Amino acid sequence: MYQPELESMSRPELESLQLERLKSLLVRVYDNVPAYRAKFDAADFDVASLKSLDDLRRVPFTVKDDLRAAYPYGLFAAPLRDIVRVHSSSGTTGQITVVGYTQGDIDRWADLMARTFASGGVTPDDVVQITYGYGLFTGGLGAHYGSERLGALTVPVSGGNTRRQVQILKDFGVTVLACTPSYALLIAETALEMGIDVRDLPLRVGVFGAEPWSENMRKQIERAMGITAIDIYGLSEVMGPGVASECVHQDGLHVFEDHFLIEILDTETLMPVPDGEYGEVVFTTLTKEGIPVVRYRTRDISRIIPGSCACGRTFRRMERITGRTDDMLIIRGVNVFPSQIEQVLAGVAGVAPHYQLVLTKRGSLDHVQVQVEVSPDFGFDEVRELERLQRTVKGQIESALAVSIEVKLVEHKSIARSEGKAKRVVDLRSETEGA
Amino acid sequence: MIEQVSVFLENSTGRLAELTRALGDAGIDMHALMVADTESFGVVRIICDTPRAARDILAGRGFSVTLTPVIAVEVPDRPGGLADVLEALGRADKNVEYAYCFVKPAGDAAVDVLKVDDISAEETLLAEGYSVLRPDSVYELDPS
Repeated sequence: MYQPELESMSRPELESLQLERLKSLLVRVYDNVPAYRAKFDAADFDVASLKSLDDLRRVPFTVKDDLRAAYPYGLFAAPLRDIVRVHSSSGTTGQITVVGYTQGDIDRWADLMARTFASGGVTPDDVVQITYGYGLFTGGLGAHYGSERLGALTVPVSGGNTRRQVQILKDFGVTVLACTPSYALLIAETALEMGIDVRDLPLRVGVFGAEPWSENMRKQIERAMGITAIDIYGLSEVMGPGVASECVHQDGLHVFEDHFLIEILDTETLMPVPDGEYGEVVFTTLTKEGIPVVRYRTRDISRIIPGSCACGRTFRRMERITGRTDDMLIIRGVNVFPSQIEQVLAGVAGVAPHYQLVLTKRGSLDHVQVQVEVSPDFGFDEVRELERLQRTVKGQIESALAVSIEVKLVEHKSIARSEGKAKRVVDLRSETEGA
Repeated sequence: MIEQVSVFLENSTGRLAELTRALGDAGIDMHALMVADTESFGVVRIICDTPRAARDILAGRGFSVTLTPVIAVEVPDRPGGLADVLEALGRADKNVEYAYCFVKPAGDAAVDVLKVDDISAEETLLAEGYSVLRPDSVYELDPS
């Protein structure tokens, strides 16, 4: 552990630290940020009335649109002369948002990213290639400062030029690669084209984040590169990478709870759910000075994994992100993410990871048909084998979704491909109501 | 062993017609066609001339198609002829996955097509004195 006295403090100690920091944060944003003051006043929330962490549920939420409306500096809680750096979100889903850091924020961020690397097993003896983009995106510089803070030899390559990435990976004796999981796969493939098998190189750890990925993809990367792949989590609105990280046990991401309060909220009622249940992830930054956020709704869906971790960290673990509230379907009262189906299909031989979910009503009940393409290399001359495949897919999807479904095997390439986002869901429930 | 063209089909109107038309337009002669179906899908098994060309044509038309090695054995034209063949395989503990018959192009004998997972089944039948057919005596080979 990079900061063992903090990372393994007792829960009561941690909770009193959180409460103290939360109180000071609320006073700070109320005094310094007009938008928070207006919001708290409108909700009739008095910052002095907060006595326990449970009182947090009375505090109004912050959403992405609040950051957009405040573009560029409106939500900053420190004067611009104290801000030493800004980053911004990519703006792929709307206007870009700007986040600012004081020198104190930069220091704490470096510590948190050093923790992240250390929790993945990285040490000062490692050579770390940073392939996240440097610039307005938080990934590159965030990882860079953390790797340096840890004391590792840091190679600031930034993104792009994959063949050069491979050459550096090999020539510099790189032992740790930090990038997005999909880029890691591309690096492995490009290396093979160049006649280099990454498994023969000293590379031993991958620190991957900035996009959702599945357990199957992790296994694929670990096999292709001969490494341990660690999932890390962060978002620029909250800080950037370094909000939560897996440890070497690879069983959930420890949330750095001394700096970030995590809440998991029921997506309908927005009330907290017990540990173990899924809901929307909401963060409150406890120590940020530049642009703190209070109850920021990430729209990411996850849950807290109950129980303690063998690594000794007392920070609770968040499960890898399963989906976003924007994609969520409610089927017979159960929350379902189409991405869960993709994860199942990627692990079943004989089917392609192309599917379509057709929702209809049978009487008053939702009926789910999952159409799955038989892969072209499946030896499908025996009906029995196909029926077995159908049962396997049905069983695995049902256990992943906790909803009973019908599986229809369809011909290869019969589900329309799309350039951008594939149309995975056909919802005919309102048209078939009562049928 | 000979090559059987196996095609996965959804149960939808006209799909089998499209398949046979595609082979017909390409001048491929079929000797046997057998459909195994369930409620939602079917598998079409075809013995035809130039099976590899047939596979390529069907794949090009978007069909899910594969080649499956099967045994073609000449069955004596008398009552119990097929039973004898199957019993010989049973004695050797070879399990038959499916079977169907057709008449040889020359029209002089019945041929039984057997899918057996154990490839040594062919040896078993030869050892029992059966006439196991080679590809060139069943269909026109693909040009090599």
